[in-house]
Amino acid sequence: MNSSWGWLKSGIILGLSFLLAVALVKPIGVSTQYVIADCFIFCKLKPELAVETVNDDGSKTYSSSNAYLNKSKGKYVKKTLNIASYGFIFVLAMFAGGFLASRLGGPRVEKEETWIPQVWRDNLGSSWMKRMIGAFASGFFILFGARMAGGCTSGHMMSGMMQTSLSGYLFAAGVFAIAVPVAIIVFKK
Amino acid sequence: MKEILFAILVGGSFGFILHKVGATNPNKIVGFLRLTDLHLAKVILFAIGFSSLLLFILLAVGLIDPVHISVKASYAGVIVGGAIFGIGFGLGGYCPGTTLAALGAGRKDSMFMILGGLVGAWVYVLVFGWLETNMSWLFDKIAGGKVSLAVTGNDAYPALVDGMSGVIVAGVIAVLFMGGAALLPNKLRN
Repeated sequence: MNSSWGWLKSGIILGLSFLLAVALVKPIGVSTQYVIADCFIFCKLKPELAVETVNDDGSKTYSSSNAYLNKSKGKYVKKTLNIASYGFIFVLAMFAGGFLASRLGGPRVEKEETWIPQVWRDNLGSSWMKRMIGAFASGFFILFGARMAGGCTSGHMMSGMMQTSLSGYLFAAGVFAIAVPVAIIVFKK
Repeated sequence: MKEILFAILVGGSFGFILHKVGATNPNKIVGFLRLTDLHLAKVILFAIGFSSLLLFILLAVGLIDPVHISVKASYAGVIVGGAIFGIGFGLGGYCPGTTLAALGAGRKDSMFMILGGLVGAWVYVLVFGWLETNMSWLFDKIAGGKVSLAVTGNDAYPALVDGMSGVIVAGVIAVLFMGGAALLPNKLRN
């Protein structure tokens, strides 16, 4: 059963979701939350990664022993120590949204697709291990690159170009210049 | 509390929509990148143009407060990082966001993608200090950094085209995006 939407309906509704996010709160961004999740885990092991200081006037400042987490007045530390707030709940809600969409009208993910997508199977075989290594490596490059760029598809490409941010066009140019040849070379059919 | 409700509402509908438009499906993403199935290209182009047009109209008439605008900085690393992102995007067929909704929908390879993402993001956190010292060109600003093409009304972000009303500049770009979406064929290659 294929009950995904046609391109025009899809474009309108996807566009409205980005607009709704800006109108209500702020532009959608996902890749930051990977750093927050990491920081949440690693600051349990190494508390100096996420430090909250209460000042004399009651205000709080945030800092970290790590140069990246310490950036922008410790904004990542602040988000980690207040993890039950907008950004992180947002990404958790995305799982639920995907689940509901697949159950309410679909398309359902077919059984043979659950671990290995068809296009991968057709080109690279049905080894489970190979796909999982591929997915892991792909995630590694994607998030390393997204953090270097300061955002991903949602933050830079969609929200960024919606606001006509120069950075959105630059990010899209960098992504497609590489992703198109990689996909053409890796997936021949 | 309002913030949490908004997060559930907007995040939940975003995940729902990503699945319905086909963006959680790596076959569709790879088809888009191989130029053999441009459904998602049409969707994304149209979504950007359409949302941009509405955003700038609503900003112009004062229904959206420009404080909600958040323009990210432009620097060399945006392009280099985008290219590194592109390697993974072309290989795996997921984005940081689509993989979350895909896992919810039942695509279990997403767990490994997310795990790889957590490791990749953390490695970047660890090497950032070194990059800042030894590859400082990555962080050289382009065109002043946090700039947009069209005037948004938020003074924190200068516009590159600032002699003209934002809604006209953004409107022209939006029409190009939406027109491009409509004119793009379903496939460019077989």
